[in-house]
Amino acid sequence: MIQVEGLTKRYARHIAVDNISFSVDKGEIVGFLGPNGAGKTTTMRVLTCFMPPSDGTATVAGYDVFKKPMEVKRRIGYLPEAPPVYPEMSVRAYLAFVGRLKGIAGQDLKRRVDEVAERCAVADVRDRLISKLSKGYRQRVGLAQAIIHNPEVLILDEPTSGLDPKQINETRELIKNLAGEHTIILSTHILPEVEAICQKIVIINKGRIVATDSVENLTHRMRGSDAISLELETDGIAGQSDVQQRLESLSGVSKVLFKHATDHKLTFEVESLPGQSARADVARSVVNAGWNLFEMKSLSYSLEEVFLQLTGGSPDGDQQ
Amino acid sequence: MRNTWTICRRELYSYFVSPIAWVLLTVFAFLGGYFTYAASAFFVKDSLQSQMMGQSMPMNLNDRVIVPVLSNVAVIALFLLPLLAMRLFAEEKRQGTIELLVTSPVHDLEIILGKWLSAVLMYGALLLLILADFSFLFVYGNPDWKPVALGFVGLFLQGASILALCTFISTLTKNQIVAAAIGFALALILFVLSWATAFDSSGVAQVLSYISIVSHFDSFSRGVLDSKDFIFYLSMIFFGLFLTARSLESMRWRA
Repeated sequence: MIQVEGLTKRYARHIAVDNISFSVDKGEIVGFLGPNGAGKTTTMRVLTCFMPPSDGTATVAGYDVFKKPMEVKRRIGYLPEAPPVYPEMSVRAYLAFVGRLKGIAGQDLKRRVDEVAERCAVADVRDRLISKLSKGYRQRVGLAQAIIHNPEVLILDEPTSGLDPKQINETRELIKNLAGEHTIILSTHILPEVEAICQKIVIINKGRIVATDSVENLTHRMRGSDAISLELETDGIAGQSDVQQRLESLSGVSKVLFKHATDHKLTFEVESLPGQSARADVARSVVNAGWNLFEMKSLSYSLEEVFLQLTGGSPDGDQQ
Repeated sequence: MRNTWTICRRELYSYFVSPIAWVLLTVFAFLGGYFTYAASAFFVKDSLQSQMMGQSMPMNLNDRVIVPVLSNVAVIALFLLPLLAMRLFAEEKRQGTIELLVTSPVHDLEIILGKWLSAVLMYGALLLLILADFSFLFVYGNPDWKPVALGFVGLFLQGASILALCTFISTLTKNQIVAAAIGFALALILFVLSWATAFDSSGVAQVLSYISIVSHFDSFSRGVLDSKDFIFYLSMIFFGLFLTARSLESMRWRA
C-alpha cells in the first residue's frame, strides 16, 4: 500500500530524514517509533504531500507523492499533531467543510458527517463550537475529519499526545477499530502504545531507520535465545547451590543465574541453548526433586529495552 | 471551482462569526453616511447661496457630492482592507489548519482564489453600504448614474488589487497583526506615491505615480473608463495572487 524508498529530506543546515525505506501492506497498522525530532513528522508530511522529498520516492496506493499528489491526497486521511480544526466552527459545520474539500457532496455528505461523528464519539457535541471542546474531543474531531472520505490510508501523527489516560484508551480502541478497512501509520514516542495497537513497528532515530519488524520478532530477536524466570521452594534440605547444580546439569540449559531468595523461595534465571527450549525439562526436574514450583515465566526484553539498545539513548533522549 | 467556493464560503462564515466583519461594516456605514451627509449639506448650502445671488450656476450632484465621497471612500478602503486580508493565511498557519488545506485534494490556486474571493465579496458588502447612502441622492435629485456605476467599478477594482497584495503578505507570517501592519505600510506607500508628480514631472516621478493605486482611481470616479487603468488593476490583482501562489509553494519546500 505504501512504499518508501531512499527517502531523504534535507534542510539548509541539517538532514531531517536520511535515506529511509520501508513498506506497509494493506490493512496493517504500523507504528512509527522514535524520540522527538527523529524525523517522524517529516516522513508523514512527505507521505501526505504536504512537502516534497529532497531525494528518493514514496508511493501511496501506487501513486507517487511527487508526481500524482491529487491521487494520493484523495486516498489519504491525515491527522497532524495538532488537530487542524477551526475553533469558530461547530463540529458539524467543520466536518461538512472537510467533507466537501475531500469531494463528498449532497446527501452523501450529511450521511458521512453523521457516520464519522458517531464513530469517533463526537455525536453528542455535534452542534457545539470546537473552541468550547476539551482537548480529547478536539482530537477525536480531528480523527473524524481524517476518516470522513473513507480513505484507504490513514496517517496519524501522535494521535494520543496530550490526552488523559482514559482518553488515550478510548482513542487507541478507536484506532484499533479502524484497522482492517484502513491501512494505518501512526507515530508516537510512547512505547506501550505501539505494543497495544500496532502489528509492525518502524523505529527511527536521527532520521534513520534502526529497525523494522513485528513487535514479537523484535523483542525476540534482541534476546537471541529463550530465557525464563523460575521461582521455587525446596524441601528445606537442598540449598541454592544444589538447585543451581541440578538445573545446570540439564541438557538444554546453557546458563543458570541465581537472582534472589525471599522466605524459602528462590528465584533463578535460566537461559536455554540457542534454538532450544528447556522449559519442559526444567519443570520436570524441579518437580521430580520434590520441590515446589511456584512460577515460571518467559523473559523477553521489553520494547523499552529494545528501543534503548537500538537508539543508544533514553526513549525521550532528544527532548528539549 | 467547486473547491474555491467551498473555501470561500468557509472564509465568509469566519468573517461573520468574528468581530472583524461587523466592525468594518459599522465603520463603513458610519463614515460613508457622514461623508455623504457632509457633502450633500455643503452642496445644498452652496446651491441656495448661488440662487440668492441670482447666479444660475449649474450645480452638478455628480461633481459636487459623488466624486468627493467616492475619493474619500477610496482612501479609507485603502487603509481598512489590510484588516480584511490579514487573517487569510496567517491564521491558518497559526492554527495548523493550513496542513488540512494543502493535504486535501484541492489545488493551491483554488485555495488562494477562494480566500481572496471571500475578502473581495466582504469588501463588496462594504461598498453596498455606500451605495445605500447614494440611493438618497437618486431619490431627491437626479445624478447621472453612469459615472456612479463606473466609480464603484473603480473602487471595487482598487480594493481587489489591494486585497490580492495583502493576501500575499498574509502568507509570510503566522501573526495577523504583523500581516496587517505590513499591509498598512504598503497601502500607505502606494497612496503616497501618487504625490510624486506634484512637484516633479521627471520620468521617474511619472513611473512612481503610475504605480500608485489611487491615481488610477481618479479617472473611474470622474466617469471615464480608461483601459489603461482597468489593465493596471487587473495586472495588480494577478501580480498579488501570483506572489501568493509562489509563497505558498515555497512554504511547502521550506516547511
